Amino acid sequence: MILVLIEVQNNDVKKSSLEALSFASQLASLQNDSVCALTIGTLESSINLGQYGADENIIIPSLEIENDQIEYILRSIALEKNPSHIILSLNSTGKNLAAVLAAKLNFALLSGVTGVHLNESELVFSKTVFSGKAKALYSIVQGSSVIAIMPNSISINNQINKNCTTTTKNLDIPGSRIKTLEKRMISGKTPLTEASVVVSAGRGLKDPSNWQMIEELAELLGASTACSRPVADIGWRPHHEHVGQTGIAIRPNVYIAIGISGAIQHLAGVNNSRKIIVINKDPEAPFFAAADYGICGDLFEVIPKLNETLKKIKSNS
Amino acid sequence: MKLLVCISKTPDTTSKINFDSSGQNFIDNGVQYIMNPYDEWYALVRAIELKEQFGGTVEVIHIGDAQSEMIIRKALAIGADSAIRVDYIAADSMDTATQIANVVKSKSYDMIFLGKETIDHNGSEVGGLLAGILDWPFIAYVNKLSVQNTQATIESEIEGGIRISQCNLPMVISCAKGLAEQRIPNMMGIMNAKKKPLEIVQPIAFESKLKINRFELPAAKSGVRMISPENINELVDVLKNDLKII
Ligand SMILES: Cc1cc2nc3c(=O)[nH]c(=O)nc-3n(C[C@H](O)[C@H](O)[C@H](O)COP(=O)(O)OP(=O)(O)OC[C@H]3O[C@@H](n4cnc5c(N)ncnc54)[C@H](O)[C@@H]3O)c2cc1C
Ligand SMILES: Nc1ncnc2c1ncn2[C@@H]1O[C@H](COP(=O)(O)O)[C@@H](O)[C@H]1O
Repeated sequence: MILVLIEVQNNDVKKSSLEALSFASQLASLQNDSVCALTIGTLESSINLGQYGADENIIIPSLEIENDQIEYILRSIALEKNPSHIILSLNSTGKNLAAVLAAKLNFALLSGVTGVHLNESELVFSKTVFSGKAKALYSIVQGSSVIAIMPNSISINNQINKNCTTTTKNLDIPGSRIKTLEKRMISGKTPLTEASVVVSAGRGLKDPSNWQMIEELAELLGASTACSRPVADIGWRPHHEHVGQTGIAIRPNVYIAIGISGAIQHLAGVNNSRKIIVINKDPEAPFFAAADYGICGDLFEVIPKLNETLKKIKSNS
Repeated sequence: MKLLVCISKTPDTTSKINFDSSGQNFIDNGVQYIMNPYDEWYALVRAIELKEQFGGTVEVIHIGDAQSEMIIRKALAIGADSAIRVDYIAADSMDTATQIANVVKSKSYDMIFLGKETIDHNGSEVGGLLAGILDWPFIAYVNKLSVQNTQATIESEIEGGIRISQCNLPMVISCAKGLAEQRIPNMMGIMNAKKKPLEIVQPIAFESKLKINRFELPAAKSGVRMISPENINELVDVLKNDLKII
């Protein structure tokens, strides 16, 4: 049996948990196994997890819960059910508890996994290493494992149609050693790590007031905004937008880089984007070598023209 | 306060990444090694600041061979008081955490600091594993930390925002951007580092549950498709029909 952690937020299953569930059902079909979802929290709408490949859903109804308590619940269920794998997302929950759980259960740990395949009946797990510059392929040689999936790397499959039985379980959950006082959200926008389209700009913008056209383009594309490190350092943009080796790592479907040179430390955070569009006036800018589409031109001409065209399309549709 | 900082060694970020023909070994010919930036800039400096505020000691630990002594000396030059090196190349993150935990058991630290991840393996594994083995509380990706008596108040990264939480010591944290400002070792620090104690410890036995089959370099990009800046409609067509985002 493969156990999957399903997290609930605003009465809905987190997208990252559906990715974990899709990964688990892929794994289940490779090793002929069943999938047990462990849902923590209460759902108002009834989402059918069988659609995503769950054979069984155990619901632990609890509202406010700390990471160490989720870890306790997973561990208790694992001790009872003896799963071959425990799958969860390497979102902030996963970063806080996946490794703790693996150590306490004495399971193998694979964190940041982006895929799995069979090689002569052996499961092979891949993960990205060296800040996106290489991939490593691992196998588990002994016992069960905790596998934390890299967010945005598994496509969600809702066409599986298993018959999923649901049970509610009340567990005695011990108190937490960590007390959350507050969660502060930065803005209403999709967090960068989950964004599917990201519009990003760098020092080529010359002045913070020029970001208006970047914001406008992002708005038109339903994208989140990001920036290179120097512009965050000089205070043109907030620090939480800075992507790269020392900022955050993102993996959107489309990354649009405007007036960014493409230094290796910047690429380290965006290398995993599916497609990269680069707009830069310097034909020698290193970013073009990492791009799928390139426009060599002045951003102060290209972006306003692009925004105008997109606005026309919007108003016509 | 008795503080421990775990430091690791990684190739400099501008290093070319290459593997031998078996795909199993990283070729480090000409590669410059550095202290993992998260360990150096954030974990180590914040620990030193706490020591400056409350008194106590900062010890660093590294699992690795004698070649790593330059990063240990650097940590001492920046301001750590003493160092421990477990003389051993760990097989995986669980091995690293097991070796660190073995040293921690005979000491009484108030807090253990790690980097949020090593930039070569990008694992974010060792901190949680160590906390799990020790059964200490753990908070990942910490951006702010203050301590009062035996309680830590912590800001850490969550999707789209931050979480503020409290926890009693001892605990383990992994450190990210914002926690401290990088410190450059000065001449005094470099001189003093030579006199600070470095203890070499032997490893304990460990059996890995994982095997690395091989490394692969990503497939080269099939070449960039250039679009003329005059031809915005071609770009719009790409956004619409190739990338399907409008
Ligand atoms: C240890 C370390 C860690 C680092 N971490 C990060 C990190 O996490 N993230 C990060 O981003 N950087 C990081 N850096 C910095 C990195 O090396 C680069 O300096 C930085 O990414 C450059 O930012 P930029 O591209 O915005 O600016 P620049 O390098 O100045 O590039 C500006 C670009 O804009 C173009 N441009 C200018 N005017 C126009 C115009 N009118 N139209 C079109 N294009 C124009 C130029 O041709 C140029 O390519 C790090 C550096 C170090 C040493
Ligand atoms: N060999 C090592 N010796 C000491 N600490 C380490 C070692 N490897 C990793 N660490 C610590 O664990 C953190 C996270 O590493 P990782 O889990 O590999 O991403 C690093 O930032 C270090 O603080």
